Amino acid sequence: MAKSAFLKSSIAKKYWMALTGLFLCLFLVGHLIGNLQLFKSGYEGALQFNKYALFMTTNPLIKIMSYVTYISILFHAIDGIYLAIQNKKARPVAYAMNNSSANTSFSSRNMAVLGTLVLFFIATHMINFWAKMKFGTGMPLLVKEIVDPNVGAKQYMLIATPESPQQNVPVQGPVFDNNILKKQPIADIYIDGNKIVNKKNNDVLFEGYKDLHKLTISFFKSKARLFNVIPNEGLVFTIFYVLSMAILGFHLWHGFQSAFQSLGINNKFTPAIKTFGKLFSVIVPILFAIIPVYIHFILK
Amino acid sequence: MATKKNININLKIWRQKNAKEKGKMETYKLDNVSTDSSFLEMLDQLNEQLVNNQQEPVAFDHDCREGICGMCSLYINGRAHGPDTGTTTCQLHMRKFKDGETIFIEPWRSKAFPVVKDLVVDRSSFDRIQQAGGFVSVNTSGNTIDANATPINKQDADKAFEAAACIGCGACVATCKNGSAMLFVGAKVSQYALLPQGQVEATQRVLNMVRQMDEEGFGNCTNTGACEVECPKGISLENIARMNREYLKASMK
Repeated sequence: MAKSAFLKSSIAKKYWMALTGLFLCLFLVGHLIGNLQLFKSGYEGALQFNKYALFMTTNPLIKIMSYVTYISILFHAIDGIYLAIQNKKARPVAYAMNNSSANTSFSSRNMAVLGTLVLFFIATHMINFWAKMKFGTGMPLLVKEIVDPNVGAKQYMLIATPESPQQNVPVQGPVFDNNILKKQPIADIYIDGNKIVNKKNNDVLFEGYKDLHKLTISFFKSKARLFNVIPNEGLVFTIFYVLSMAILGFHLWHGFQSAFQSLGINNKFTPAIKTFGKLFSVIVPILFAIIPVYIHFILK
Repeated sequence: MATKKNININLKIWRQKNAKEKGKMETYKLDNVSTDSSFLEMLDQLNEQLVNNQQEPVAFDHDCREGICGMCSLYINGRAHGPDTGTTTCQLHMRKFKDGETIFIEPWRSKAFPVVKDLVVDRSSFDRIQQAGGFVSVNTSGNTIDANATPINKQDADKAFEAAACIGCGACVATCKNGSAMLFVGAKVSQYALLPQGQVEATQRVLNMVRQMDEEGFGNCTNTGACEVECPKGISLENIARMNREYLKASMK
């Protein structure tokens, strides 16, 4: 068969939609397991989450998986948009009266709209977290707060990774980032991601953890005004996150079991696949959604 | 048995002079329709009224009027073949409608099924898909092998028969939000894929039929399952899955 047909034919497009979609379902599970660590509170929780975040951004195997994920998202979205346009063209004149709810589910009829909304969420989500973690300068580094029972005063310790040339160092305040360096200029060092580097010879002096934990907590707890207008942006972000997860749930409601049909799997296991797909599409988004709700409303 | 009840109805029907001209929905009033009459008999009654009033009768497809030829079509009140499932339009009766009800009647809507006139559409795209591979090449020049000489598993035979029940009416395309013909092509591929006689040409069959389907301008299946619900012959989505498997198998060769 011509190579082009394996991308262009109607059935081949279904295979690709299904394969990328199912891979993204696996990604969701991985991402969820990571997120659930946010329920562990205090310094121990922060350390564990940030260690996990560092691992996820540096491990070479994870790196390969992350590229497969980016490609899957892009391909799933582009293929989906292309399919939606083609399908629109297949019916140039619409019905004056169409009772489509009589024979199809809401989810199955609105996959393109739901998918576009999920894509919009992914874009905002990546700007808010992924980009900051990956490229953002001035991410705070993990600092441990220690209360000395003898003195009573709070002390702060910049926490080092096992690879760091220097061990934990005491610092001035609870936040250590570029802002500190700007406010109290230390002439001979700068921060490069999670590393503190000597300006003169570029030697790495110290390696810490980017505090993604703090970023996440403060993101959903923020009392600042969104776009300088809407008060309590943390609440807005929480509501937006929960709504996005509901939309994701509807997308998965049809998408999960549909992927198996597209791959030609329709047999005695199909009822089980359908049930599992429905449970997956309800449980996974709910578990994602309760994390920001917990952070915003319950976490002190 | 008979309800012996007549109803008055309002009809909104798509009128289109020919393939080139633009059509529009027209409203008609039809009184004294017997609830025992079939939907097509009701349209016959309307046409008599139109002819008596020196108006152009409504063109619609019909033939056997017993649910087997696949000729009748009609998108009635937003459903292919009307509100009943497992039936064609000719098997639909006026007892399904209420007195004073407004009934929408539209042709199948698909780029691959252009309107010929009023409610009549050109379904020859289905014929071209069949011609692309929906057959087995059997030498009939005097040495035909008895079909029963080849043993076939009962379950496979039943499934092939269920797929072969497709009458090619096009309800699957009409009801699909994507205007996809995959239930039709899936059934036609399956009825041969399940039988030993179909194996010889299996690879080329599925590739050619799917290629022709795509060329005709049908949309892409998104597994909404509307086709399975509306199919008058109850063709299962399993046939689409089987076609997908056959296509993958054929693509790897």
